[in-house]
Amino acid sequence: MSSVTLDHVTKRFGTAKGVEDVHIQIRSGEFFTFLGPSGCGKTTTLRMIAGFYFPTEGRIRFGENDVTTLPPNMRNTGMVFQNYALFPHMTVFENIAFGLQVRKLSKSEIKERVERIQRLVHLEGYGERRIDQLSGGQQQRVALARALVIEPQILLLDEPLSNLDAKLREETRFEIKRLQVELGITTIYVTHDQAEAMAMSDRVMVMQGGQVQQIGTPSEIYHQPVNRFVASFIGETNLLEGTVTRIEGGEVDVRLSPDVVVTGLAKNASPACQPRVGEKLTLSVRPELVKEWEGEETENLLRGRILLSEFTGACVNYITQAGPIQLRSMLINLGRSVKQRGDEITLLLPKESIYLIG
Amino acid sequence: MKAELHKQSPAPARRRLALMSSPSFIYVLVSPLYVILLAYVIYPLYETFLASMKIEEKFSFANYARFFSLEHTANLEALWTSLYISVLSVITCGIVGVTMAFLLERYEFPGRRILSVLALVPMALPPLIGVLSFTFLYGESGIIPRALKELFQLEQVPFSLKGVGGVLVVHTFTMYTYFYMTASAAIKGLDPSLEEAAASLGASRFTIWRRVILPMLTPAMVASSLLVFMIAMASYTAPLIFGIDRTMTMQIYLSRTNGDLDMAATQSTILSVVSILFLLLMRWYQGARNYQNLSKGISVHRTEITSKLGKYVSMVLSFIGTIVLMLPILVLVLISFSVNSTWTIQVLPPEYTVQHYIDLFTDSKTWRPIANSLQLSAIATIGIIIFGVAAAYVMVRLPIRGKTLLDVLIMLPWALPGTVVAINLIAAFSQPNVFSFGQVLIGSFWIIPLAYFVRHLPLVFRSTSATLMQMDGSVEEAARNLGASWWYSFRRVVFPMAFGGVLAGALLAFVQCIGEFVASILIFTPSTTPLSVAIFQRMYNFEFGTACAYGVLQIIVIIIVLFLSQKLAGDKANTAV
Repeated sequence: MSSVTLDHVTKRFGTAKGVEDVHIQIRSGEFFTFLGPSGCGKTTTLRMIAGFYFPTEGRIRFGENDVTTLPPNMRNTGMVFQNYALFPHMTVFENIAFGLQVRKLSKSEIKERVERIQRLVHLEGYGERRIDQLSGGQQQRVALARALVIEPQILLLDEPLSNLDAKLREETRFEIKRLQVELGITTIYVTHDQAEAMAMSDRVMVMQGGQVQQIGTPSEIYHQPVNRFVASFIGETNLLEGTVTRIEGGEVDVRLSPDVVVTGLAKNASPACQPRVGEKLTLSVRPELVKEWEGEETENLLRGRILLSEFTGACVNYITQAGPIQLRSMLINLGRSVKQRGDEITLLLPKESIYLIG
Repeated sequence: MKAELHKQSPAPARRRLALMSSPSFIYVLVSPLYVILLAYVIYPLYETFLASMKIEEKFSFANYARFFSLEHTANLEALWTSLYISVLSVITCGIVGVTMAFLLERYEFPGRRILSVLALVPMALPPLIGVLSFTFLYGESGIIPRALKELFQLEQVPFSLKGVGGVLVVHTFTMYTYFYMTASAAIKGLDPSLEEAAASLGASRFTIWRRVILPMLTPAMVASSLLVFMIAMASYTAPLIFGIDRTMTMQIYLSRTNGDLDMAATQSTILSVVSILFLLLMRWYQGARNYQNLSKGISVHRTEITSKLGKYVSMVLSFIGTIVLMLPILVLVLISFSVNSTWTIQVLPPEYTVQHYIDLFTDSKTWRPIANSLQLSAIATIGIIIFGVAAAYVMVRLPIRGKTLLDVLIMLPWALPGTVVAINLIAAFSQPNVFSFGQVLIGSFWIIPLAYFVRHLPLVFRSTSATLMQMDGSVEEAARNLGASWWYSFRRVVFPMAFGGVLAGALLAFVQCIGEFVASILIFTPSTTPLSVAIFQRMYNFEFGTACAYGVLQIIVIIIVLFLSQKLAGDKANTAV
């Protein structure tokens, strides 16, 4: 296993921007995810680690070794491609054995190691199959086996689940995580699916437009997003804009509309956020933290009419129009009757659930 | 983790790697391709141009003045004849090709299946063989006119193919396939729901044709027109056999055989300019047009001919079509069994023998041209494969600048008429120079393989780059990621995957070389007489039987190869992931 360091890495393609100044240290054995919308530079960064691109600036190190300009075949990384990139003219066995043949292992050792990895990914007995005789999920596992059998220092996964259907995706997600934990292998995972990233990763790097937005554990990026982009990209949220009217005793009052003022806690703020009285401020409130309120008058209440009511079983989703404000809420189904479009509702934004973005 | 799996490379290797990973190193790698194109395409073209501009070591436009002189108009007439034959060929081929495509793609009638297979028969005829079979069939002493004369007791043959008319008929027969194939593909790609949509919006049948179908077919038609025009301009065999001296290709041939090399060079240069202009026009047009079908899963629905009369008429017409398409091959087969020099004024050859076929493989004098052609073609094909695969890889996979230039340079010799290619090589390699390794190539064994190589350069390149384009680049990256060196992954992954395309192109190149006549006739030597030149010589000695036996052999080889490459293309489509 090996740690991976990207030391102020920048990649430009001609005049087009690839990624700008990526500076991260991935720990040995860590499951690290690059997350962002398409074109954000996550795949470019992965390909620099694999050696398919060389950085324009900066260095890449595996452990202590500088690999910045090392060609891909000398890096000993195992990569799973988005479309699997299996060799269509070879059988399953030949595909998996390819990397071992390159390394000139003996026939008997190749056979033994391929069979061991086939068991690990549950492909026993599939050795002689042709690639086009396999289902999408099986092809996926061949790709994974082919990458793992060479015992790479680092496992690179480029959106490996995006070609699978929803059910298979979940299964394979568990499978990849299980293998990663069992083998303890440093893994870099690229995805645009934030749910995947949250579920699997030790740490996540959120990227947009070639820039790193935030690096942190799934919980950190969910609960303490550093900016609007991260807040809205990770999970669902309500972004509410208003003007700061009062800062006192660790509390911040924000006027969202002429007759609505909400109070949040100054400590629930992104590092860059410096609220000042009279200035604009954006708040983030997660829908699942909004509560329906049927008690007495208190702070942070919003009254409105339901625009959209969605019953999904475990919970009820409402979109509520409260004056100029639209608010999404996700309420746990406690067996109460579900409100319909046009019904009145009172919602509470708990103080501690309001996050100040800036 | 196994220790041997990630050994550190020693320092010198590191330095070499750094050199190889430098962005300009790639240009060092691809430079041989450019050198070959420079040596055997550009340089000969340039030497011809120089020869046309030089009179007694001085630059002068005298040759061009002679060409365009209004006193001796032979050259201008030739240019004019070539141009109008080409335009007329485009028109006749277009009418025949598009009509056949529509009938065969849109209607269901008895005999449709066999006709749609036979429609491609003209492609199996090498140029010389096609013209010969037409003169046997429809020429002044041809089978059909004579049979009609006998049948109706006429004084004279009722009709015969000769002159410009003959050239046009042969052009139509051999070149309509270009229109037919593109039009079929375009019609297959026409989504019937477009017509249905137009109809539901209130358009009449005529409006649908005018506003929907024809505009959708225009790009395919323009592309085919340009192609047929170029091929007709380059046509040499038909004017040769029908005795039309005043075409550009014939004038070049005559200037060359009369030893007027300056004039041959001038005529070649002018013909090259026309061809290159057309090549660029085609490329521009193919880049500019884009009527891609947006819909998927198109189902072709054919209109069935249901009326009794319609069925009857279509049956008769398909029968006639089948006969017309098959006759050229049948007549060759027939005459190949005839005893040499016995067929004079009869309708059909009077005496038959199988001796010619036995001779082909047993008589060393008869066998010689076959052996020559096989050897010359094999050498040229090996060169075409190596160059084509390398160039296709560079074109599709490597991130270099100047790809358009490479593409144009590779397609250039294909656009040049065979006559021009031969003249260029004569101009360049009559004296020793760097590119011929200090040898005089003209009159040597190597000039013919070189001409074949230059003429059919694009075939493997095209088929291989098409295959490589379908192949996902990440497959090669996967191999590299698993530790394979560039060469190892090329050998184990890229080449096996592209093999179908390479082989299809190579086979095609090989049969084209076997059938090549136009350039060979200008540069062959008695010891390296290729098959098609031998056919021509036998014809002039009235050894029709032997000539046709050669021809049948060529056709068999071509049909086998076309069948094989179709099979290869089909299999590849099935196993593609």
